[in-house]
Amino acid sequence: MVKYSILTIARNALTGHKNWPKQWRSPEPKSEYDVIIIGGGGHGLATAYYLAKEHGVRNIAVLEKGWLGGGNTARNTTIVRSNYLWDESAAIYEKSLQLWEGLAQDINYNVMLSQRGVLNLAHSLGDVREGVRRVNANRLNDVDAEWLDADGVKEFCPIINISKSARHPVLGATLQRRGGVARHDSVAWGYARAADALGVDIIQNCEVTGIKRDGGKVTGVETTRGDIAAKKIGVVAAGHSSVIAEMAGIRLPVTSHPLQALVSEPIKPVIDCVVMSGAVHVYVSQSDKGELVMGAGIDSFNSYAQRGSFHVIEHQLGACLELFPIFSRVRMMRTWGGIVDTCPDASPILSGTSVEGLYFNCGWGTGGFKATPGSGWCFAHTLAKDEPHALNAPFSLSRFESGALIDEHGAAGVAH
Amino acid sequence: MLNIDCPWCGKRHETEFRYGGEAHIARPEDPAALDDTEWAEFLFMRKNTKGYFAERWLHNNGCRRWFNVIRNTVTHEIVGSYKMGETPPKLPKSAGGAK
Amino acid sequence: MTQHFRTASGGRIDRKKAINFTFNGQKYIGYEGDTLASALLANGVHLLGRSFKYHRPRGIVAAGAEEPNSMVQLGEGATTEPNIRATQISLYEGLTARSVNVWPTVEFDISAINGLFAKIMTAGFYNKTFMWPRAMWMKLYEPVIRRAAGWGKAPTTGDPDIYDHMHLHVEVMVVGGGPAGLMAALAAGRARARVLLVDEQGEFGGSLLSKKRQIGAKDEMAWIADMLAELEAMPDVTLLSRSTAFGYYDHNYLCVLEQKTDHLPAAERKGKVRQRVWHVRAGQVVLATGAHERPLVFADNDRPGIMLASSVQTYVNRYGVLPGKKMVLFTNNDAAYETAIDLQAAGGDIVAIVDSRAEPSGELVEAVRALDIEILAGYAITGTRGGKRVESVQVRAIQKGAKVYTSAARRIDCDLVAMSGGWSPVVHLFSQSQGQLEYDEEKACFLPGTKRQAQQVAGALAGEFTLKECLAGGYKAGADAARATGFTPKRKPAAPEIDEPALGGIEPFWVVPGARPIGEGMAKHFVDLQNDTTAADIELAVREGFESVEHIKRYTLTGFGTDQGKTSNINALAILSGILDKPIPKVGTTTFRPPYTPVSYGALAGRNLGDWSDPVRVTSIHDWHVENGALFENVGQWKRPWYFPKTGETMQDALNRECLAVRNGVGVLDASTLGKIDIRGPDAAEFLNRIYTNAWAKLGIRRVRYGLMCHEDGMVFDDGTTARLAEDRFLMTTTTGGAAGVLDWLEEYLQTEWPELRVYCTSVTEQWAAVSITGPTAGALLKKLAPEMDLSPESFPFLSFKEGVVAGIDARIFRISFTGELTYEINVPWACGLALWEAVMAAGAEFDITPYGTESMHILRAEKGFIIVGQETDGTTTPQDLGMDWIVSKKKPDFIGKRSYNRSDTARADRKQLVGLLTEAPDEVLPEGAQLVFDANAPKPMPMMGHVTSSYYSATLGRSIALALVKGGHEKKGQKIFAPLLDRTVTAEIVDPVFYDKEGERLNG
Repeated sequence: MVKYSILTIARNALTGHKNWPKQWRSPEPKSEYDVIIIGGGGHGLATAYYLAKEHGVRNIAVLEKGWLGGGNTARNTTIVRSNYLWDESAAIYEKSLQLWEGLAQDINYNVMLSQRGVLNLAHSLGDVREGVRRVNANRLNDVDAEWLDADGVKEFCPIINISKSARHPVLGATLQRRGGVARHDSVAWGYARAADALGVDIIQNCEVTGIKRDGGKVTGVETTRGDIAAKKIGVVAAGHSSVIAEMAGIRLPVTSHPLQALVSEPIKPVIDCVVMSGAVHVYVSQSDKGELVMGAGIDSFNSYAQRGSFHVIEHQLGACLELFPIFSRVRMMRTWGGIVDTCPDASPILSGTSVEGLYFNCGWGTGGFKATPGSGWCFAHTLAKDEPHALNAPFSLSRFESGALIDEHGAAGVAH
Repeated sequence: MLNIDCPWCGKRHETEFRYGGEAHIARPEDPAALDDTEWAEFLFMRKNTKGYFAERWLHNNGCRRWFNVIRNTVTHEIVGSYKMGETPPKLPKSAGGAK
Repeated sequence: MTQHFRTASGGRIDRKKAINFTFNGQKYIGYEGDTLASALLANGVHLLGRSFKYHRPRGIVAAGAEEPNSMVQLGEGATTEPNIRATQISLYEGLTARSVNVWPTVEFDISAINGLFAKIMTAGFYNKTFMWPRAMWMKLYEPVIRRAAGWGKAPTTGDPDIYDHMHLHVEVMVVGGGPAGLMAALAAGRARARVLLVDEQGEFGGSLLSKKRQIGAKDEMAWIADMLAELEAMPDVTLLSRSTAFGYYDHNYLCVLEQKTDHLPAAERKGKVRQRVWHVRAGQVVLATGAHERPLVFADNDRPGIMLASSVQTYVNRYGVLPGKKMVLFTNNDAAYETAIDLQAAGGDIVAIVDSRAEPSGELVEAVRALDIEILAGYAITGTRGGKRVESVQVRAIQKGAKVYTSAARRIDCDLVAMSGGWSPVVHLFSQSQGQLEYDEEKACFLPGTKRQAQQVAGALAGEFTLKECLAGGYKAGADAARATGFTPKRKPAAPEIDEPALGGIEPFWVVPGARPIGEGMAKHFVDLQNDTTAADIELAVREGFESVEHIKRYTLTGFGTDQGKTSNINALAILSGILDKPIPKVGTTTFRPPYTPVSYGALAGRNLGDWSDPVRVTSIHDWHVENGALFENVGQWKRPWYFPKTGETMQDALNRECLAVRNGVGVLDASTLGKIDIRGPDAAEFLNRIYTNAWAKLGIRRVRYGLMCHEDGMVFDDGTTARLAEDRFLMTTTTGGAAGVLDWLEEYLQTEWPELRVYCTSVTEQWAAVSITGPTAGALLKKLAPEMDLSPESFPFLSFKEGVVAGIDARIFRISFTGELTYEINVPWACGLALWEAVMAAGAEFDITPYGTESMHILRAEKGFIIVGQETDGTTTPQDLGMDWIVSKKKPDFIGKRSYNRSDTARADRKQLVGLLTEAPDEVLPEGAQLVFDANAPKPMPMMGHVTSSYYSATLGRSIALALVKGGHEKKGQKIFAPLLDRTVTAEIVDPVFYDKEGERLNG
């Protein structure tokens, strides 16, 4: 792998950039692999990378039905944070954030992690209670967290409207300073390049059409590019997890929904942090290009269409203007949708299944991007050792039978 | 913005409705007779079909009736809607990306 | 400054109406009918901005929505707007605009120094650097990148303008008011369908506004006028100009942005809606969105003065402007020749026509030859010169297939280059509607293929590039749309005689090599002008393994600008196809995403702001609360009194006073917001048996019972009391925030699981106002208000209700209690709420009656250990966790939630359970949300045992109290537990959650 640096760029500039190598190969699939990862998004590529790097597995293929990084990796709002309520979530997301913090150097690819701070706003006394509870839990879990009152919010993000007469006024916020944003595409490309350098075959335009089993054990996959044998299969197919599960005769507690996002036209820097409001349904940050990047909640209905309904966008912009009245004359430039796989408890599944050698990593819902490194790291461990790491053990499929859910929906906010 | 055909009111904007997920999941007659796995099946496991999918909607800003819809989750095409307890309409032969 | 570049006559401008405007501080004059772009060109201003990466000088390229360059900061102060294309700004008196992202000026821009580093700033360069040293990314590199980013600026204050939304249902919606769209609307309108015709421009007519055409006996303007006159006379036809259909969604749902005042001087905008978003559901949609001309990709094709040929024609014919006086036309098709003819007729010089085709022929070519204009056939522009304006071009004979042209170079001086690479139909909306595109080799463009929605396509969008085809195609599309929605179209009118030149072919020419291979030397072949993406960037991306068109787009940023790549996407695709040696259709297109052109947030939010962002619900007693100084808490959509401070009181003072009044005298609470559901039917009791965890069959008439509701997973989700009004009728109460959800829950089970149950539910929340009087003297107070009523415990025991007259109002009085004191909750018809409240206050004066709010209510109930759903519960809490096993029936075979209790995790003994906490220091009030540990010195991550759910200072007890969920808490009473806070650790003892009157002796006063 050619090391990327300003020096290599300068050297290549002298030769008209004619000598840059491919960032990854486009190999033909081999007939057999030790591990096949289904899904060439950030999570799948990270899994392959850590399998090769941390566990010495070399004979790995990542099968991607379209172009790598073309699913939710390309469609999210790039927010990174680890300030989750429950111990189990905090642990895995914090592992992920720690990996983020050294990722550019580790994979020699600038993923442009920008730790500008994430505010989660509270708009009701119930929100305040929930926020303080989360900050306290984070702190004791060694996850950086602060509680800001409304004035503190205003100080941290001066353009926010904290008027008490707002319909749902800002009463305070949690702040995670280490949270922020990263460049979504670069994450997929960086992991792809690093995994490729360790010998991982990334095979694009290769759709899995069947899972082959011998009794209770997987033996390989059928694909649009032929059958490929495998000792183990890790499914990291996000919104399409259920489709793969059905091929293997497994049921998942997962439903797929559209999740929409949008960007404004690029404007000069105006907001220097990430602001999220679960209560009024909007989150906002500004990209390195100057676009306001915004997201909201999922569309209610099941879908595989990568598009949602426009009223969701309009509602989100109304909420945005309640918080940021100065954005009224800024213009929405582009909207898009992804398909997110949601679990009943809004927590993921990283788990073995009733089929030997078949593992699933799914159910990340609206929160998958931030988890990319940690998810890959834990899933690689699970695939290599045939048992979960302590970090992902709680995120098993069996929790739906035992009832040990990790319910990140949090408090319902209902009060007398 | 889907245009959903309420069997009582006719076609209305999606914003008048609430989604109810997969249709035809009957609550078990005797939950106590089920083991944890079977109970989890009822509670959490869902079809999540890619293609024609039977799902429930509630016309909550309208007649407030629950009903079922057959919709293609790839194209969002709605084949038809039917009242609770009625037989689903026939599915078209595979269309647009459906599996 | 005078308008040196105005034509002597002509154009759709009103030369009698001069308009003053300012650009970059300089004053100019234009005419009514101008756009900012045409007025600037009339004044000889071409340099409008700088490019994104290299800050190269950039000018006006196009005349409409496809313009990649000329973004300006429009207006000033609170109404300023960033990034508006000068080509889409109608000129108005007093307009001010500035170039964006230049410093100090567009003429002299410091950041142009970036050009020196162009060799380093290739596609994706930022992925490869800025990584060392790690700390510098956040400290130096990113701040510098961010400062350089962005175009214009957001206003610094809120928006004084108003916006709104409209909804419309029509049979036929026509998008695009050019010749095809007008004909489509006419056909559908004559068939008597309801029709909506929208066009983004201020005038209908589309391409006809820029071309001279004789249509039958009329010229183009007369033809447009007659069409509009007929359409306007039709009552069911709606015409919206300045209205852009920006999104095409499922089931023929389209959104349209109407700009109602943006073309008016400031004084005429006041009080009017600025922009309106129309939400249209159409039976059929006719797309007649036209086509955009493509630029040609040649060396340094970005200098100001290099424009699209058809746009030059538009400026000449529509706006009476000569974009230049010495023009070179560079084309690969002969439609563009008309521009040369029109410019010459208007007084410009055509220096040469550079045609990449070896043997151009056809009517237009011959017409140009007749004008003695030099045609360089088989030639291409291989370089340009000029600083802030193009000054000359270099042309060479094309050597087919060669990567480098060694043919002799010739320099031609000029001040304008018109270019035409062919036409790209505006397939954006068609593609948004999920239609599939098909590549047409002959026309060298993507056309609509398989459609997915009820729609027709017509005009240039459908590849109909002549007016004759447009008129016929438009009429057919409109008639077909009307027929498909159940109308009978009138007979097709006879096709008029049309005077238009016949068109020859196009020979695609995607990228022009020069004396050096693309990417070598200093020349740049721009594909996306806005994002400074060059052909070399695309080559580099492919070299680095990015082969999917989506990867190319993302790696090079082509098509990611505010123009969404309207002029660049197809060129980029074709260049990629050339590099990969794959046919264009095999390379595929990227997704066309809404909106077609940018839409202001304000318009999208419409009126749904402030108090209209979410309905505000208030009780019939609300005004009294306001007048008496209550502070309010939002509970769901409701405004509830939070507490009633008296002058000089702190919040805690007020709470102490309110709570003590309840404990020692009488307090009054507006309880009207609690959800109320009337449940009727022969099976109502059975239904409640299944919904609630406890038993209901034997509840006596006029008796009341408390109930908990769980979801199927066994977790508590609502609670409240339910009274039996009759054998077959109950009145259920719910939490304030949960009312709608509970009603939905009941209906869902009745309709989908147990349709055999004969039960009917009705929300009566807003039928009954509820005034709760509570405290030792509540009985005496009620006696005053209802002297006839027997209030003895025998006649009116706890958990029962009576009907009677209270203060002259027919009422239901419930004996329930959330404070632990003797309580009467008096329900009267909603409209009588205030009258009852005032009567209670008047009669209560002698008892020093004290109104209290939700906060005191919370304290009072916490003293009694009563839970609040959503506070003591969080969706992971069972009745058993709450110590409420007593309310979970052991006898009922089944109810919702029951099966889940014996799952292994739900049956665990060490689940988080509700306990009370008493801090070691009685004045220390634990923060709600504090986490609890047994070992405060454990290293992080610290094992957490639970958290504080409720915590107050209790004036009644003279100390703080708290409720908490603690792992295995029910077995841990008497143990110490710690709350490690940011600045200190608080020690507390785990106790029973009932702090006050454990025996319940106060219930009867």
